[in-house]
Amino acid sequence: MNIIINGTSQELNSSKNLSDIVSTFCKESKHVITELNGAIIPSNQWAGTSLKEGDNLELVTFVGGG
Amino acid sequence: MTDSPLIIAGKSFSSRFLLGTGKFKNKKDLADSINASKSEIVTVALRRIDLERHEENILEYIPAHVTLLINTSGARTAQEAVRIARLAKASGCGHWVKIEVINDSKYLLPDNAETIKATEILAAEGFMVLPYITPDLYTARALVKAGAATVMPLGSFIGSNQGLRTKEFIQVLINEIDLPIIVDAGIGAPSQAAEAMEMGAAAVLANTAVATAQNPASLARAFALAVEAGRLAYLSGLPLQQSLARASSPLTGFLYDDAAAN
Repeated sequence: MNIIINGTSQELNSSKNLSDIVSTFCKESKHVITELNGAIIPSNQWAGTSLKEGDNLELVTFVGGG
Repeated sequence: MTDSPLIIAGKSFSSRFLLGTGKFKNKKDLADSINASKSEIVTVALRRIDLERHEENILEYIPAHVTLLINTSGARTAQEAVRIARLAKASGCGHWVKIEVINDSKYLLPDNAETIKATEILAAEGFMVLPYITPDLYTARALVKAGAATVMPLGSFIGSNQGLRTKEFIQVLINEIDLPIIVDAGIGAPSQAAEAMEMGAAAVLANTAVATAQNPASLARAFALAVEAGRLAYLSGLPLQQSLARASSPLTGFLYDDAAAN
C-alpha cells in the first residue's frame, strides 16, 4: 500500500501498524510524535493503529530553536 | 541585596537568562552552553523527522531539571501555532509554549493579532503560554486578558544582534503590564542583556548570539553574569542621568579654598 509520510509517498507492507512504521523510519521512538490524517496519535495507541492506502502520516520531533 | 525568584505561571526560577537552542554548530557546544548559562528554561522547536538522516535527538542534550519551552516557530497563523503546541504536548515533553507566529519572510516580525488568538486558545487548554510579540501596549493588555504567563517583546529583528532598538516600547510594557516581561530576539551582546535587566525586564532570552559565537559556552556564561549584574543594578535603584557635569570629589581647592574647580 501507498501512504504519505512527511509529504513523501512510501510503499509499505499493508500488515504494518503505526508502531512498526515509527521503528522503521525513526532512529528511536522516544521523542517521536505522530499525526495521522490530522489527528494526534499518542504512543500508547501506536501498536493498535493500522494504516490504510492513502493515509497521511506526519512524524515530528524536537529540534533546536530559539 | 537579596532578589526574589523569577516566577512564571507559579513556577519559581533562580536564573533570569533563557537560552535558545537553534543554530549551534554541534550538540556538544549546545550542552556546554546550557550548562554555562545556568539557564533553567530552554527553548526547542518541532519539525518533521528527516527520514533519510538519523540524527540524535536534541532532548538528549538538555538536562532533566531544565524546563522545556516549545517554540511554535514555523507557524504562520494562530491555528498552526495551536497545532504545533498540541503536538508537543502529546509527546509528554511540554505544555510550556512560546507562541511565535511569523507571516513575513523579510523582517520576520511576529504577527501580534494571530499571537493573541493562539494565546487565548492554548491558555484555555491549560498550556503555560509565553507569547513573543512586537512590543505594543494594546497587544500586551490583550495577552494578559487571554491568559498569557509572560509577555516576550522583541529587542530588535530576530537574529540581528542589534540590541534594544525597541527600548522605549519595552519600557512601557515593563511599567504597565503586570506579568513578567522577558526580552527576546535581537540581543547580541551581554551588555544589551544587562541594559534590558537594568530597565526592569524580568528576564532575557538569547540564542543566535551564543550559538554563533566563536566560543558559545564562554559567551553563555558572560550573558548569565550580565543578566545577573543588570538585575542587581535594577534592584539597587539606578540614579537618573544628568545633562551637566557634577563633580564626584569635593568642590573645594586642594589647598586653597578659593579654587572652585581644579
